[in-house]
Amino acid sequence: MTEKETPITLIVNGRTHRVFVSPSALLLNVLRDQLNVMGPKYGCGIGECGACSVLIDGELSLSCLTLAVSVMGHVITTVEAVVEDPVGKIVADKFLSHAAVQCGFCTPGMLVAATSLLQSERSPSEEDIRQHLRGNLCRCTGYAALVRSVQDAAESLDGEPDHEMRAGN
Amino acid sequence: MSTKAETLGTAPTEPRRIIGKRLEKKDALAKAQGRLPYAADFSASDMLYAKVVRSPYAVAAIAEINTESAKTVPGVRAVLTAKDIPHNSIVSRFGQSTDLGRQFEGTYRVLAEDQVRYYGEPVVLIAADSPEIAEKAAELIDVEYEPMPGVFTVQDAMKQGAPGVGGEKSNVVSHFEVRRGNVEEAFASADVIVENTYTVPMADHAYLEPESGMAWMDENGVLVIRVATQVIEHCYDIADILALSHSQVRVAGTWVGGGFGGKEDMTVEPYIAVLAWATKRPVKLTFTRQDSLIGHGKRHPFTMTYKTGVKRTGELVAVKAELIADAGAYVTLTPWVLLYATANACGPYEVPHVEISATAVLTNNCPSSAYRGFGAVQPNVAYESQMDELARQLGMGPVEFRRKNLIQQGSQLPHGHHYDRPVLADTVGSQVWEAIQARPLPSPRGDLRFGRGIAYSMTSYGRLMFLRDTSRCWIRLERDGTAVVRCGVPDIGGGQVSSLRFIVCEELGLGVDQVEVYNADSVLTPLAGTTTATRQLYMSGNATLAAAHELKRRLSEKAKSHLGPDIDRFAFEDGYIISQTDNRRVALSEIINECYHDGVEMYYEAQFNAPVVDIPTSAELNTPLFADYTFGAQAVDVAVDTKTGKVDVMRVVNGLDVGTVINRLNCEGQMEGGTVQNLGYALTEEVTAPDGIMTSTTFGEYLIPTTLDVPDIETIVIESGTGVGPYGAKGVGEPSCNGIAPAILNAIQDAVGIRVTSLPASPERVLSALQAL
Repeated sequence: MTEKETPITLIVNGRTHRVFVSPSALLLNVLRDQLNVMGPKYGCGIGECGACSVLIDGELSLSCLTLAVSVMGHVITTVEAVVEDPVGKIVADKFLSHAAVQCGFCTPGMLVAATSLLQSERSPSEEDIRQHLRGNLCRCTGYAALVRSVQDAAESLDGEPDHEMRAGN
Repeated sequence: MSTKAETLGTAPTEPRRIIGKRLEKKDALAKAQGRLPYAADFSASDMLYAKVVRSPYAVAAIAEINTESAKTVPGVRAVLTAKDIPHNSIVSRFGQSTDLGRQFEGTYRVLAEDQVRYYGEPVVLIAADSPEIAEKAAELIDVEYEPMPGVFTVQDAMKQGAPGVGGEKSNVVSHFEVRRGNVEEAFASADVIVENTYTVPMADHAYLEPESGMAWMDENGVLVIRVATQVIEHCYDIADILALSHSQVRVAGTWVGGGFGGKEDMTVEPYIAVLAWATKRPVKLTFTRQDSLIGHGKRHPFTMTYKTGVKRTGELVAVKAELIADAGAYVTLTPWVLLYATANACGPYEVPHVEISATAVLTNNCPSSAYRGFGAVQPNVAYESQMDELARQLGMGPVEFRRKNLIQQGSQLPHGHHYDRPVLADTVGSQVWEAIQARPLPSPRGDLRFGRGIAYSMTSYGRLMFLRDTSRCWIRLERDGTAVVRCGVPDIGGGQVSSLRFIVCEELGLGVDQVEVYNADSVLTPLAGTTTATRQLYMSGNATLAAAHELKRRLSEKAKSHLGPDIDRFAFEDGYIISQTDNRRVALSEIINECYHDGVEMYYEAQFNAPVVDIPTSAELNTPLFADYTFGAQAVDVAVDTKTGKVDVMRVVNGLDVGTVINRLNCEGQMEGGTVQNLGYALTEEVTAPDGIMTSTTFGEYLIPTTLDVPDIETIVIESGTGVGPYGAKGVGEPSCNGIAPAILNAIQDAVGIRVTSLPASPERVLSALQAL
């Protein structure tokens, strides 16, 4: 509680923020409590559920295990910006049309994870999809609709020109 | 991946525009975009953070609680113990129910008083300016505990002279029986008898959203609680705890990040309510995952001893079963769960001679309470294992054997219900079996052996009829032809809100973007009852339908001057009222405006009352309990690794007679999700608590299925149109999870010839059974 807070710069969804954080502050809490970015969710706090998933420099990362001070100057992208990305938008559309969203609490993290897969692998196999999403727990859907959505999104992307991830736009 | 839908039975009499289609839920978009606010996303500028200090002992006397040093920490605003709470102990009720006699009472205690009964029981509440300060204060709380002997198994709890968990002589808190005919004589006439004892573990809901809420006193002195809950009617319990009047507490429910029964009891409400009342400031509490796993009620562990007798020709003659449930340290909803289990003990089968004895016992384990399936899931594991074993011993196919014994329309259920609705269990089971057989099982290879199994299920939807259940819905038509709906239904992710929207759209001929639904506020929306018991589509769907019908009647009266007198031939479509006699039409908005002009009320609140029966007057059941049931079957293919004991579920077919589909996407989604939730129950999930000290307090130890553990799931949706919900719909939420666990056990038997009788069927358990062969 008495940890000294230091000013840092965080680049979140294309905007640069100056925040005061303690050295032990977690990115998830800084995003939610200081920057009002509510897409990443607290589900377990110890990296076992994936609800807090974000992209850091385009890499799928768990914000509940990331110290805010360690990502100073890095490009942080949360679901709020991922759904504005062309790939993320298609994934979101497919989540809806396959009813891969029930209670929705895992959905932001799941959407970030699924989008990060399709940005690096345009034609993933079902096994690729299951492997990539294995760290994102969902208790409502049984994953079937989620896997179908990602397969469908991949098919929609197939043949289209490569979309550049415009993280931070 | 494939999903198949079939329609049987009564076809809808008129084509429907909305009902039965594949429709997206309106809330799904905001959820996917991360914009939808959950309970933990709210805050207030002057808010305090709450912390619950829990007992590190399972059983201990509390000699003294010293809170003085905690109170001196700067930023600590309140430190409360039981004595600070006006009514720390209340007799818990069940939703809207009235007094139902002692068997149905349970003490609800906000904080432990002179003794703790289970590990993690709340003892002290703290409110502070930050979570860190609350945490520091918690470390300074000095409780002098005197550990006491406890009981951690039902067997120990039932022994003569066992410590009384609740301070009474006996730990037995509930008991029900069913008796029909004479089982002993019937067993003497049986050709084959199978006897087994089954045990099922304590299981956790493991919703992704930990419990969360915020409470504050509003400008009028009303205590407002914004919380993720399945039951906004807990406002009355909170009022009782704080000695406030019922009109002084308001619960505003949020979108809920999963419930499955785990947010049916109060979760954070009493803690934040008491702290907000004491500090007069907003107080927020979000459970950590550890708090969540330690702090809410679980699915009851059961020990179930079954003896089932059958004739050589395949007819069941008798079932004798003893069910013993571990209630944990407080009664909570145990009597109700036990009642469900008792009524469900024979499943969907006609059994002439029955003797069921069901008992629930307090222990010093975590309290057991509501969990999807609510007492129907546990006996399903036992009776469907028995059915499989009998079919094997008779040399009959599993579907053929069950067909000989299924109840039919007009059957008398063992607990005294003359069931007069159609039973499509054989249709469902036959189609499920046919679907799984469409692909052959692989031949053994290496250490892998493959097997196939099926299990049937019968699951009630709607609450016990003697609870006199009700729901209400209010609809207002706007001058521009759109509609506003208010209904107290909490939406826990199953599409509870969107179902009501679709019903209004269907009835009034509106588009899905022309109806807004406001839900889950104990003051501002009409009370719709609990989102539990697979009751909301049935209850609130019918209330919504009734409200829409009354508004249609008023509109039709007014439209007569445009369309002629034949109002039975008026259709509401695409914003018009159309006479089907001559296709004349008038805009809906025009008629609404005429009604407003003439003072005809363009709003209506309807109440739907479920059918009622008298409360059972004895422990021996002889009365109908439920209005209707959903019948289902699940079939699976498994691979068993004989070297490691690991069971891999390769395929699942889940079939249900859902009555009528409201939203096909939601319906299939519920069925897939239910399947996987109880696939975890079957194979990996178990709350572990040696000597009452819970050790499965993270997702690393409480293992729910991941994408890698889940197979292809095929759903078979049968629509008999014979349910008691709107348009003949039945319930899907709980029925969809039933059947999968015994289907897996039966497939393991098929693969390697062992009968696993304890869940979860973990590698250790399967391997040791294989080694005992």
